[in-house]
Amino acid sequence: MAQNSANQAADQGTTTPRSFQEIILRLQNYWADKGCAVLQPYDMEVGAGTFHPATTLRSLGTKPWAAAYVQPSRRPTDGRYGENPNRLQHYYQYQVIIKPSPANLQELYLGSLKAIGIDLGLHDIRFVEDDWESPTLGAWGLGWEVWCDGMEVSQFTYFQQVGGHDCKPVSGELTYGLERLAMYVMNVGHVMDMPFNNPDAPIPLTYGDIFRQTEEEYSRHNFDGATTEMLFRHFEDAEAECQRLLDFPPQDPKTGKTIIMAHPAYDQTIKASHLFNLLDARGVISVTERQAYIGRVRALAKKCADAFRQTEAGRDAEMTAETTA
Amino acid sequence: MPDLLIELFSEEIPARMQGAAREALKKLVTDGLVEAGLTYSGAGTFSTPRRLVLALEGLSSESRPTREERKGPRTDAPQAAIDGFLRSTGLSLDQLEKRADKKAEVWFAVVEKPGRAAAEIIAEVLEAAIRNFPWPKSMRWGTGSLRWVRPLHSILCILHDEAGATVVPLSVDGIPSGDTTEGHRFMGPGRFAVTSFEDYAAKLRRAKVMLDQAEREEAIAHGAKNLTFAAGLEVVEDRALLTEIAGLVEWPVPLMGQIPEAFLGLPPEVLQTSMREHQKFFSARNPKTGRIEAFLTVANIETPDDGATILAGNLKVLTARLSDARFFWENDLRVAKAGMQEWAEGLTHVTFQSKLGSQSDRIARIASLAREIAPLVGADPDQAEHAARLAKLDLRSAMVGEFPELQGVMGRYYALQAGEPEAVANAARDHYSPLGPSDAVPSEPVSVAVALADKLDTLTGFWAIDEKPTGSKDPFALRRAALGVIRLVLGNDINLSLTKLFRTALGDYDYRTARHDSLSRGASADEMKIFSGSLEGWIRPAHDEDVASLLAFFHDRLKVFLKDQGIRHDVIDACLAMPGSDDLALLVKRATALSDTLKTEDGKNLLQGYKRANNILTQAEEKDGVEYSFGPDPKLAETDEERALFAALDQAEAKITPAMQAEDFATAMQAMAALRGPIDAFFDTIQINTDNQIIRRNRLNLLHRIRAICSGTADLTKVEG
Repeated sequence: MAQNSANQAADQGTTTPRSFQEIILRLQNYWADKGCAVLQPYDMEVGAGTFHPATTLRSLGTKPWAAAYVQPSRRPTDGRYGENPNRLQHYYQYQVIIKPSPANLQELYLGSLKAIGIDLGLHDIRFVEDDWESPTLGAWGLGWEVWCDGMEVSQFTYFQQVGGHDCKPVSGELTYGLERLAMYVMNVGHVMDMPFNNPDAPIPLTYGDIFRQTEEEYSRHNFDGATTEMLFRHFEDAEAECQRLLDFPPQDPKTGKTIIMAHPAYDQTIKASHLFNLLDARGVISVTERQAYIGRVRALAKKCADAFRQTEAGRDAEMTAETTA
Repeated sequence: MPDLLIELFSEEIPARMQGAAREALKKLVTDGLVEAGLTYSGAGTFSTPRRLVLALEGLSSESRPTREERKGPRTDAPQAAIDGFLRSTGLSLDQLEKRADKKAEVWFAVVEKPGRAAAEIIAEVLEAAIRNFPWPKSMRWGTGSLRWVRPLHSILCILHDEAGATVVPLSVDGIPSGDTTEGHRFMGPGRFAVTSFEDYAAKLRRAKVMLDQAEREEAIAHGAKNLTFAAGLEVVEDRALLTEIAGLVEWPVPLMGQIPEAFLGLPPEVLQTSMREHQKFFSARNPKTGRIEAFLTVANIETPDDGATILAGNLKVLTARLSDARFFWENDLRVAKAGMQEWAEGLTHVTFQSKLGSQSDRIARIASLAREIAPLVGADPDQAEHAARLAKLDLRSAMVGEFPELQGVMGRYYALQAGEPEAVANAARDHYSPLGPSDAVPSEPVSVAVALADKLDTLTGFWAIDEKPTGSKDPFALRRAALGVIRLVLGNDINLSLTKLFRTALGDYDYRTARHDSLSRGASADEMKIFSGSLEGWIRPAHDEDVASLLAFFHDRLKVFLKDQGIRHDVIDACLAMPGSDDLALLVKRATALSDTLKTEDGKNLLQGYKRANNILTQAEEKDGVEYSFGPDPKLAETDEERALFAALDQAEAKITPAMQAEDFATAMQAMAALRGPIDAFFDTIQINTDNQIIRRNRLNLLHRIRAICSGTADLTKVEG
């Protein structure tokens, strides 16, 4: 009986999805099935799924954690006015983060490929060395880029450090570039031609129907439209606000509780990071200044990580046990 | 004598680390076992992406018992000394022996260790090896604290002989040892147990794992050859790629595909680089046309469709990559055909090094230096300068932006497209050379001029801003640049004065400073910031110090270079003391001749004779407080030997002086070595310090002639022995 249902699942898995959203839905179901909390995208502009506090902050401390979510991501410099077959300034990542990293994470990952229709007996799946580092988050880890028939379909990382803190235990992070993966699975040549919903639906929509216009608009905005003086000002504001929020005494006089504003401060870090990306796309940051800006964002990320480690969610379990004992 | 099999099974080990890891495992384990008193007759190491394996043959089943005696303090020594000895031996007083030693009675400790079972030792040694493994980068995973290159999943460790196999019990950070392993990730049957190395290798093969990396390399090379041969093509050999791919697959399945027609017009270097860097593909060439027409990928799986899906997927990725490459190429050609002005313009905005200005500043310096060098290497000054101005323009091309390793190669293509002559285009390609010790040295005059100018500008520039290499730190590869100059000069037998060129190049930095000022007035606010912060710091008028230390740096590099050619340090030192030592070709000629001479019997003995003459003379000069440089008088010679030496010195001088003027060091040194006989005979029969002061002075003056004639070739006092 158990054997049967496993086979059915496998059979269902190997059928080819027919739309972008079907791939997302299958991933959501798969990881929900494996016990992950299926979260929603973070409601701010980020460059990658890693920036979601569910990954950055929750990979700190000893509390077990398992989450999966889609994260819309923005990379202003990658804008190509919707013309490039696989480059977008706004795209989707699928992110899985599990702490501590389970011993069978590779098998779980391969199961997810099967779930979206990749027959592991027919394709060539490879784990190719690729160490991950985020200078803005003060984070690094070791892992691979996963190749399917020579194409990179995911990033697989064991976090070693985030915000300057050692990750103990270690989180396992999986990042799927959804558009690229979906185009490969469905054999689509240009991202704008990819079916977004069921192509047999009464109103079939392609990726281009939804995003071609916005890619044009944002490309123009990123490269020529955004007011750089304002962006510089906002960067300074976000930086100052982050610091100010963290400078509050932990004791909240109104409630009498200890409330450290780690998440609101981290929101400002995310803002600063995105503003930097926009300034970069506008071409107003020189090579020498670049490093300095990245360093400023990293300093914020580190402070937020420090603050989060003082909170209930980010504290080490042993520390809690000691205080209660 | 049992055999030992160890397999450390993990998630995918980076291919580039596997070779060193095999060696490290072998060294850590065998060193540990031998140190603990075990012996073995043979060792083999293997790796695949998921396993690191060591097989030892003929291991002793237990270690030899050992007996160690240690002498302690005298029995009447202070208590503190005796206590210290007890602590260091771990014994108590009643376990020590009293023995008579010379005059006193002394405590002796006899520590006997019985033999230990091999398994016990292996468990300790292997655990220590795993915990202290020298991975270039390692990580933790899950809740553990063990570090390994990627998560370690199982440890297979068995001792086996005719009677069967037993697991060596150990446990590292919760991972117990056992006798099981896994085969191929997708084609294997799951976990299985093994009983010996032969059993292990055979079962792995059935589970679609080729254990031996050399066998995998062979299988890839062979398969690729067969596929290309059948299509009338040949594989472009790439050893490094072959080794890397063998470290990425457990069961290699080479597959060949055609490069779409649309991309065959790309330069072969572009196709090859794009395919190798992005896809780890081998290139297949049509031997008739020299064109790259097909690619070879190596899958890690056998599929029911014989790799058709895999090949189609790879082709798709390749098509996307090559579309990018073609886009770059076409754009670049447009700029190239228009004369590359756009790139020259662009390089004014690219910083070379914050204190050394932009790339275009650098190019201007190299061009003026190339002009200076041109006549010395037989190049036309105008052409050399022009070539230097073009040589680095491809740095702004889209193709080099994507593939930095194609710098120069693309420069050549673009220069030809711009209508430049071959000599100029080749200089763009060759002026970076020689890069490594095995890289060829350019020989075309224009290329040589630009290559020398490029390297000398880099060296003098970093000297001027005081960024010299220190210890193991050489971030700007200045040692390599100096070696490049040395090889260019020697390889092409070019006589030039380095000191003069250093002065010219360093002078250019002052000139540059003046230009910076005028430049920055017209520069944007951003650029002003970059320049203003750094300008004052690097204006340094005096170059004498820089010139001297740079020449010393070259001499050091030259010594390292010549050591590999069998010429000793002291021989070079002897030649460095001579004039013209900043002309490396001359210096090396002199050193080679001296080195050759010193290898002959005459040469060795002459050196002794010279040193003897020099010592006696120096002592006498110190004692008497005078210099015996007055010409000796042959009339005062008393014996045949003395007269013979006079004649020989006259003869030698007649040969040496013109030979030295003609820089024919070999002839000069041979003539010098020929003095060996007369000098030896002179010393054998003559007493220098006779009572007759006139005779004594004459003989000392004669010694002075020996010294003067010999030291005209090299400073022989610097030669050891």
